[in-house]
Amino acid sequence: MKPGAGSHCWKEFIQTLRDGDEFLSALTSLILIVVAAGLAFAGGGAYSSRVLLGVILPYAAMAAFLAGIVYRVLKWAAAPVPFHIPTTCGQQNSLPWIKSSWIESPHTRLGVAVRMALEILLFRSLFRNSRAQLREGPRLLYVENKWLWLGALAFHWSMLIIVLRHLRYFVVPVPRFILGMDAVDGFFQIGAPQLLLTDVIIVAALLFLLQRRLTNPQVRYISLFSDYLALFLLLGIAVSGILMRYFFKVDLEGIKQLAVGLVTFSPIVPADIGPLFFVHLALVSFLLAYFPFSKLVHMGGIFLSPTRNLANDSRMLRHVNPWDYPVKVHTYQEWEKEFHDKMKAAGMPLERE
Amino acid sequence: MSEAAPKPEELVQINYDPPRRDWRDAHVDYRKGTFCYSAAAKNLQYLDLPNPRDWQPFDKDWKLPPNWRETILQGMKERLDKFRSFRLFMDICVRCGACADKCHFFLGSADPKNMPVLRAELLRSVYRRYFTLSGRIFRGLAGGRELTEDVLKEWFYYFYQCTECRRCSVFCPFGIDTAEITMMVRELLNLVGVNTNWVLEPAANCFRTGNHLGIQPHGFKDSIDFAVDELEEITGIRVEAPINRKGAEILFIVPSADYFGTPHYYTLLGYLMLFHEIGLDYTFSAYASEGGNFGLFSSHEMMKRLNAKMYAEAQRLGVKWILGGECGHMWRVVHQYMNTMNGPADFLEEPVSPITGTRFENADATKMVHICEFTSDLIHNNKLKLDPRRNDHWKVTFHDSCNPARAMGLLEEPRYILRNVSNQFYEMPENTIREQTFCCGSGAGLGTDENIEMRLRGGLPRANAVKHVRDKHGVNLLTCICAIDKATLPTALEYWTPGVEVGGIHELVGNALVMKGEQERTTDLRGEPLHQKEAAVHA
Repeated sequence: MKPGAGSHCWKEFIQTLRDGDEFLSALTSLILIVVAAGLAFAGGGAYSSRVLLGVILPYAAMAAFLAGIVYRVLKWAAAPVPFHIPTTCGQQNSLPWIKSSWIESPHTRLGVAVRMALEILLFRSLFRNSRAQLREGPRLLYVENKWLWLGALAFHWSMLIIVLRHLRYFVVPVPRFILGMDAVDGFFQIGAPQLLLTDVIIVAALLFLLQRRLTNPQVRYISLFSDYLALFLLLGIAVSGILMRYFFKVDLEGIKQLAVGLVTFSPIVPADIGPLFFVHLALVSFLLAYFPFSKLVHMGGIFLSPTRNLANDSRMLRHVNPWDYPVKVHTYQEWEKEFHDKMKAAGMPLERE
Repeated sequence: MSEAAPKPEELVQINYDPPRRDWRDAHVDYRKGTFCYSAAAKNLQYLDLPNPRDWQPFDKDWKLPPNWRETILQGMKERLDKFRSFRLFMDICVRCGACADKCHFFLGSADPKNMPVLRAELLRSVYRRYFTLSGRIFRGLAGGRELTEDVLKEWFYYFYQCTECRRCSVFCPFGIDTAEITMMVRELLNLVGVNTNWVLEPAANCFRTGNHLGIQPHGFKDSIDFAVDELEEITGIRVEAPINRKGAEILFIVPSADYFGTPHYYTLLGYLMLFHEIGLDYTFSAYASEGGNFGLFSSHEMMKRLNAKMYAEAQRLGVKWILGGECGHMWRVVHQYMNTMNGPADFLEEPVSPITGTRFENADATKMVHICEFTSDLIHNNKLKLDPRRNDHWKVTFHDSCNPARAMGLLEEPRYILRNVSNQFYEMPENTIREQTFCCGSGAGLGTDENIEMRLRGGLPRANAVKHVRDKHGVNLLTCICAIDKATLPTALEYWTPGVEVGGIHELVGNALVMKGEQERTTDLRGEPLHQKEAAVHA
């Protein structure tokens, strides 16, 4: 940027952002999250902004989340699956004496269900990951590489457990399975309050994914502003939550009142619970509202993926295309007419002599 | 190869770390050897496709119709509503990069736009700009990109640098299939008359004559008759090879290269010997004289138009079911599209092997059986007398062709046959075979000579795995069940891994098949002398 050209400079910056630049993308998304957090932090003090942050924002975010998700899923579901295109990753079911791979190349509904479960719960396909290296020779090597799988799995499972754990704030009395989950999560019994494993894991996993995005040259090259935004947003949520739990105590009773009020549609304007809580809540609201309009919708999309959720049975059962239409073909009669004499000379059978 | 062809060492002076240049810059340098020429106007006219004209990709002016942008965007909108795969794959990619180094074109070229994720982003950025709320508002910040003529030219370059092999889809945590995206973009480009001759000439030929090579019916008959004559010389037996014979039990359809290309031809000889030996009641068809379908590489509609001949001919001839030869993308179409597009085939019967009585329940609806399913069933039921020593001059490996592997799961049948017709079968490393197999680098209509540099680059990962078994076990024959493999791998292997030939499974079946009343074989189907001494020792 040129010095001393205030508005021009600003325009150029916006333009660079629009064009997209990897490091600038990362930095801007970080700044955006920090600013959002800062605003929420400052807003936690005043009554009016507490109404905004504690009542209006969560409802608006939840509404955007639900409406957005419903819209997305309906949009996907409304588009038909005209052709039967599973990606087969194992032996087909053919002759009885050939062992078929009933999960990787499923021909039954059960097989498909197991394949989908493995994909959704354990990231089966990511587990195949390897890293290619080109050596002298030339010689191509494919080195095992499970880090992405491990990082992704660690993040998603921690996230799920943490979300479930948060039910304790919304439900009275706290369900037993949540208490049990907490006990397992706090297995190591370090510190007071007990250190929860998922808190450590989610931050470590997010930092790993961020580090990978910034240092792996190929991944950095393809990363967009929104990729960094999602990571910083999740990190912001995790860190603000951790700070509240372990370092800066907040009024848990007040939080529970607010939460129960929100879910029972009898919201109360919260007391001054502590600014950190509002940071947390604001970022969660941000996430909810952003979710349906970003790549984060992959959570819902995976269920509908036609290369994974269809059985490899397309020669056994006919798949119907709802928008099938007749096309112009070259019929046998037209064909025979064109080549009639040559065929006759060659002594080939004909429909019309 | 042109005279300026770089040596293998020079071609691999590449670095997988992307350059600093921003990928959103769409400019493409159309360098000789890395792209396919445009489709001739006559082929577009024959197929009733829009905007026939003379142009080439290296021209500055592509002579696009004035409203090309609206046409493309309208085409996108229609397809987003018609294909769930398309809409979903535009929305859910998280750019994790797992696919990045799974593409043979990326591994051979290090061009970052050959990373499947980025190839898809070339389209996805336009999708975001015009079809998502955030993209319409925030443009580049939301990852959107304007649809410019440069972007269109970039699409043409990179979506004809994808062989629709689906390897990336195996590794994607959401199953995003670049083949699907490539098919969409090629359809879109077809709307404004941007297409390649290597795809559309075969398609036009096939539409007219019944096969990609444009061989007319009497020429087809000549080829088959020639094979019958040649077989008589080799085996002393005169086989029957009927064409367009009504009332046969089975219609047999092969890719046209089988009767007009080498080394495909030896596979054809193998089929003919096999069918004679088991006394199969079958017929070829000169009308449906093509198993392959270059429509698949053009548009869904073209695929359907060309594929329609198979069922139409089966019905006309009154056969019970259809048997299909060794071909890769043909089987993608037959297995995943044919019944949906041109079925139901309720005029046919459930395929049953007339020799073994085996019911091919897995082909119950489509009524078409793969020759490897058919033959492995024969062998399993001891219907063939095989002498694998007649293949002892070959140390064999098996290359899984993309579509039989990743669209069918036809993995064991060819291996079972190989183990029965050959004594020396060696597998390539496991991350290069079965569902992780590497493409030949010339599939999906890219196998033309003007595209040779890109083909060789794309062929590197496959050739490299072949090199491994060549050096370790002395492998000298790569077998495969795909006509495009057989046509293009000889070039790639000669360049990267000299000393390895390419052949079909049924070529080796033919070599090993002991026929009733045959004369003593002195050569294999290629006319190469057999190692008689070794055979005598073993006997």
